[in-house]
Order: sequence, then structure tokens, then C-alpha cells
Amino acid sequence: MVKLIVDGKEIKADEGRSVLQSCIENGMFIPNMCFIKKRQHPPASCRLCFVEIDGFDPPVTSCTEEVREGLVIRTDTAAVRRLQRTAFKLLMSAHHCEPKHCPVKGNCQLIRIAKHLNVGLTPKPLELLERDVEEEVDFAFFTYYPFRCVLCGKCVYICRQINGHNLLTFANRGFDTVIAFFGSGDPARFPCHRCGACASICPTGALVRKPECKRASGVTP
Amino acid sequence: MAELVCMTVFESDPEERAVLENVAAMLEEFEKQRGNLIPILQAIQDKHSYLCGGAMEMVANHLDVALGEVYGVATFYNQFRFHPPGRHQIKVCLGTACHVAGGDIILENFERKLGIKDGETTPDREYSVERVACVGCCALAPVAVINDTVEGHIKPSRVEGIFVQFQVEREREEREEAERESSE
Repeated sequence: MVKLIVDGKEIKADEGRSVLQSCIENGMFIPNMCFIKKRQHPPASCRLCFVEIDGFDPPVTSCTEEVREGLVIRTDTAAVRRLQRTAFKLLMSAHHCEPKHCPVKGNCQLIRIAKHLNVGLTPKPLELLERDVEEEVDFAFFTYYPFRCVLCGKCVYICRQINGHNLLTFANRGFDTVIAFFGSGDPARFPCHRCGACASICPTGALVRKPECKRASGVTP
Repeated sequence: MAELVCMTVFESDPEERAVLENVAAMLEEFEKQRGNLIPILQAIQDKHSYLCGGAMEMVANHLDVALGEVYGVATFYNQFRFHPPGRHQIKVCLGTACHVAGGDIILENFERKLGIKDGETTPDREYSVERVACVGCCALAPVAVINDTVEGHIKPSRVEGIFVQFQVEREREEREEAERESSE
């Protein structure tokens, strides 16, 4: 156990944990989109979990920092908020927020972050990113909505963890990057019938299990 | 961009079967290491000028990696193509200077004229369209390279002209062939 000070409050954390996880477990919310507990090498790709740590000059991503005895951390400085708001606006420029059609009811991480950062759910003053991708893509067991996807990569990671040979992957590059589904052989032997972890972990409702698959497996997303 | 299909279906056309047989022989020369993925894909493309779904599936099996990983790598790099090149290759430059000068409009003109997207080939294998980053003559922007001929300061109206030229050429070839046959 180590002690650290977050926003003037002393908290205890297990050694080896990241600053982000320790804060969340102590009830202190830090915005995050791509973080998964127990992940060996966090990608730190969402750029939302910035904090300021005494001794480091610029803000750092809290998911990649391990806790150490006596760390003094601040989660709400002007520099941190500025980075977080910009990162959030950039995410929202790719995520078309449509509350009426959104399958994520009530527990939306993006809404929570928007409230926390005190910003709206639009990318303003940035523009909405116009991507040359399809509205809906059929993934055999799932439906993928590229305009909701913020490419956090959780689904690709969890698929690889659970199934070894991942069926989900990133495809293309840059603005064209999408999640793609590739299985080889007989679809009846895909693990997706019973797994569905990707749809459960998706924070933006971009991967949705098809209703007929839900019934067959009994797993609720 | 590549057509991102859900599952690869083995097409049983003889051309693809021949390619796959050859790929199987090529794979034996490579050790089963993840790091060999890109060299293998490059070797296949060098030999067959494109990557087909079946070949990528064989590569995945050979290296014991997920098929998705192979597709992920292959779609990431511009170098790899998923359609056989056409007899006439059209490369539209979308480097910085050409982009500013409206290279994307030229690309769109080619795409609309041929009814295909960049990276694809017309069903008759006559034309293929692709985008390239920079061909090195920015002063001529926007530029397209048609069968190794550089077309500088290209205008949308010129796109039509290029195809008329091909048409005339083809008709001339046909005529000459007909004349040869009749004289024999």
C-alpha cells in the first residue's frame, strides 16, 4: 500500500496500480475512454485522463503512471482541463451524438465526461468530421456503426484477450480507420455465439449485438 | 480503399486457384515468425501484383496470427492493393500541392467516369485508379500519371480527353489487326 495525495486528499492505493485506476477506485472520477483494468500496456490513446503530478512539468496521462509513495496529484488544473476539453471535442467531432437512436441508455461515458468537463456534447467550435464511411456495417453477429465509434480500441483488445486470434481489428488508416471483422472458416464455429464481450465493453454503442444472436446465446450486452 | 468484407469466401475461379497454389509454395520459404508478415505480403504482391483474400488467409494460417491482423496490416499500408491492376493504370496525385490545387476533384472525375473507387479495377481489367502521395512534380499540380505518362495541370475536361485518346488508340489497333488478318 502506498499513500498519495489527490486534489489535497490523501488516498491509499495498491502498488503497481496506475494513478487512474487508484483514483477511480477511491471514488475520484478522471475522464477516460480507452482504459481497461489489468491491461499491461495502456495505449493512452483517448488523451482524456490527464493529471498534473508534482515533479513533472507538463500534464501526464494518468493511465500510464504508476502510483508511488508521496505523489502529489491534481486533476483539475487549467492546463489539464484545457487538454481534456480539446481531446473531448475532437472525439465528439467523430462521434455523431443522436440520443434518440442511441442504444447506450443512461450510463453514457461521454455524457458523464461532458458533465465533468462542463462542456456540451457537440464538437463546437470544431467542425463535425465528415468521414467517407458507411452508416452501418454488418459484422455477422454484430452491427457496427462507424459514426458512433471513437476508436478507443477496447473491443479489439478484449477480443484478442478472450479469443486469442482476434476477430476484430483496426482497418485502414488515418481518418478512414474503422473497426473491421474478419473470421475465417465456418461462422457456426466463431466464438461470437457465446462471447459478445466487444459489444458489452463498447462505451459508445458503436458495436451492437444483433437481436437474434442475443436470444441464441442468452448473453445480454 | 479495400472492400472490407466480413468473411473471405474462396472463389473458385481458375486464376485465383493458380495464385493460391503459387502462394503455398512461396510460404514454405518463409519462417513462421510474426515479423515475416510484411515481407511475405510484399513478396506475394511482387509476384502477383495484388493480394487476394485467399492468399491473406493462407498467410494468417502460416504465421498462426489472426486473419484480422493480416488485413489490418495490409489495409494500413498504401503499398498493398486488393484488386489486380488494370491494363491502363491511372495514378492521381493527392500530395500537398495537388490537394490544394484540387487533385481530389480530378480523382473523383476518374472514379465517376469509370464507376469504380480508388484502389479498384474496372471489371474488364482495362483501367485501375489509385491515389498516390506525391509524384515529385508539384509545379505541375494537379498531376495524374497515366501509364507512366505525366499529365500536368490536369483539368476535369482533360479526363474525358484521356479516355477518348484510349478509345482512338484501341480502334486503331483493332483496325491494324483486321488489316493484317485480311492481308495474310
